[in-house]
Amino acid sequence: MIVAERKPLDEIVPLLGDCQKIMVVGCSECVTVCQAGGEKEVNTLAALLKLRGFGQVLTAVLNRQCDPEFIVDLDAELEGVDCILSMGCGVGVQFLAERYSHTWVLPALNTKFGGGAREAGVWEERCGFCGECILHLTGGICPIIRCSKSLLNGPCGGSQEGNCEIRDDVECAWQLIYDRLVALNRLDLLTEPLPPKDWSTARDGGPRRVERSDVKAV
Amino acid sequence: MKSGSNLERVFLSGQFACTAEIGPPKSTSSRSISRHAAALKDYADALNLTDNQTAIVRLSSIAASVHVMKAGAEPVIQMTCRDRNRIALQSDLLGAYSLGVRNLLCLTGDHQSFGNHPTSKNVFDLDSVQLIRAVQQLRDGKVFVSGDKCKYEPRMFIGAAANPFGDPFAYRVVRLAKKVAAGADFIQTQAIFDVERFKRYMDMVRDMGLHEKTYIMAGIVPVKSATALRRNAEVPGMAVPDELVKRMAGVPKEKQKEEGVRIAVELIQQVREIEGVKGVHIMAIAWEDIVPELVDRAGLFPRPQLAKEDGDTSG
Repeated sequence: MIVAERKPLDEIVPLLGDCQKIMVVGCSECVTVCQAGGEKEVNTLAALLKLRGFGQVLTAVLNRQCDPEFIVDLDAELEGVDCILSMGCGVGVQFLAERYSHTWVLPALNTKFGGGAREAGVWEERCGFCGECILHLTGGICPIIRCSKSLLNGPCGGSQEGNCEIRDDVECAWQLIYDRLVALNRLDLLTEPLPPKDWSTARDGGPRRVERSDVKAV
Repeated sequence: MKSGSNLERVFLSGQFACTAEIGPPKSTSSRSISRHAAALKDYADALNLTDNQTAIVRLSSIAASVHVMKAGAEPVIQMTCRDRNRIALQSDLLGAYSLGVRNLLCLTGDHQSFGNHPTSKNVFDLDSVQLIRAVQQLRDGKVFVSGDKCKYEPRMFIGAAANPFGDPFAYRVVRLAKKVAAGADFIQTQAIFDVERFKRYMDMVRDMGLHEKTYIMAGIVPVKSATALRRNAEVPGMAVPDELVKRMAGVPKEKQKEEGVRIAVELIQQVREIEGVKGVHIMAIAWEDIVPELVDRAGLFPRPQLAKEDGDTSG
């Protein structure tokens, strides 16, 4: 899922400027699961904004902010609204801005990464959305996003006792890959040099889209 | 001969090689580079120029190499994958060769979070293994990473780094094998303080026959004080035995510099005894002046004076 985290209130308030009527919009997908922008968080933020003196704070929670089909639900509720404060991920903010071209749409969250909950209250990055999965070569552990240097041919010299050189609370992805391939008796995978990656499938190739003719409406 | 560099010729002559390192300044003044190069040129077969080491902005390694050549010494430029994509790496490679550079050390690069621009973006388009391969294919196959032909190819003597003390220990030699297979002609290791562990590493290197496919140079870092030695021990991927720290700490402060030189000389002599070690690389960053004394006391002076053969491409 997309993991996000709410911006500090002291950063959100100045964004709102002199807006009087604010619509706080949550999303029932990823940001609900990672407890950043679901119904509960929407209500909390709305209450905090009222305490900061904002008179009219409305709330809504969409099934999915990244889907025009569900955004329509908001149409009838925006009468007189000065701004929409989205508690969706960056995708949600943009889909709202695209639909409501004459309404100011603001982000309440910082969208962090593609990941999951390692334990209650701890979310970690797992996917860098590079567009061409190589997990079959690395034992199901992604070096592109979990190695601080995106190395494809083994650990750099900074790997020590399972940790990355940048911080002790970051695991060395290559140590994890090595341990897993030892357990699976597949160390042979680590002797073959991997060639330079084709980054054109990643962000480097420009904004991406997926088109599926079988899904498109006929 | 692959590159015709002095360093390559020293290895080919079968003599124990010795390189040293100069850290370019954090300014436009080339004086320190020229001064160090002049002082060190008779004591090292080539001089490494670091590439924004520890991710701190410094005068570029390629520009520094020009000052080194003007001073009469041979440079080894270091090139990291942190700051440049494959376009810039290959472009700089062509440029460096056109200026007369014949030795190149391919590195991953320290993460920028260590340096003075921690908010910067990193690149890592290629990793060090892929960079080695790219340089080798350009030299021997006259092709860029893209597959395009290069009419006048850069003929570099290709170096790579190896850290015998990083983890996973057993995989370290496999990674070295990858670098050798990719085209590493010579290897400069991380600083050796733990000779016993380095010996175990070299056992594995010999088991795989890698010592016959590449020239391995053991990294030597002279330290001025017990504090400096402890600081080295804290660097991720470094191993410093406790006994060494105790030995240094047991010496009065004013004599620790001398003890540091003595330890470095002993380390050189110890690694020299290990089969498969073909040279030493002395990294006396911010203490470059000590290199001549160190080389002399380790019995590595004078350095071989080798005549260039006809048809050498080095200039």
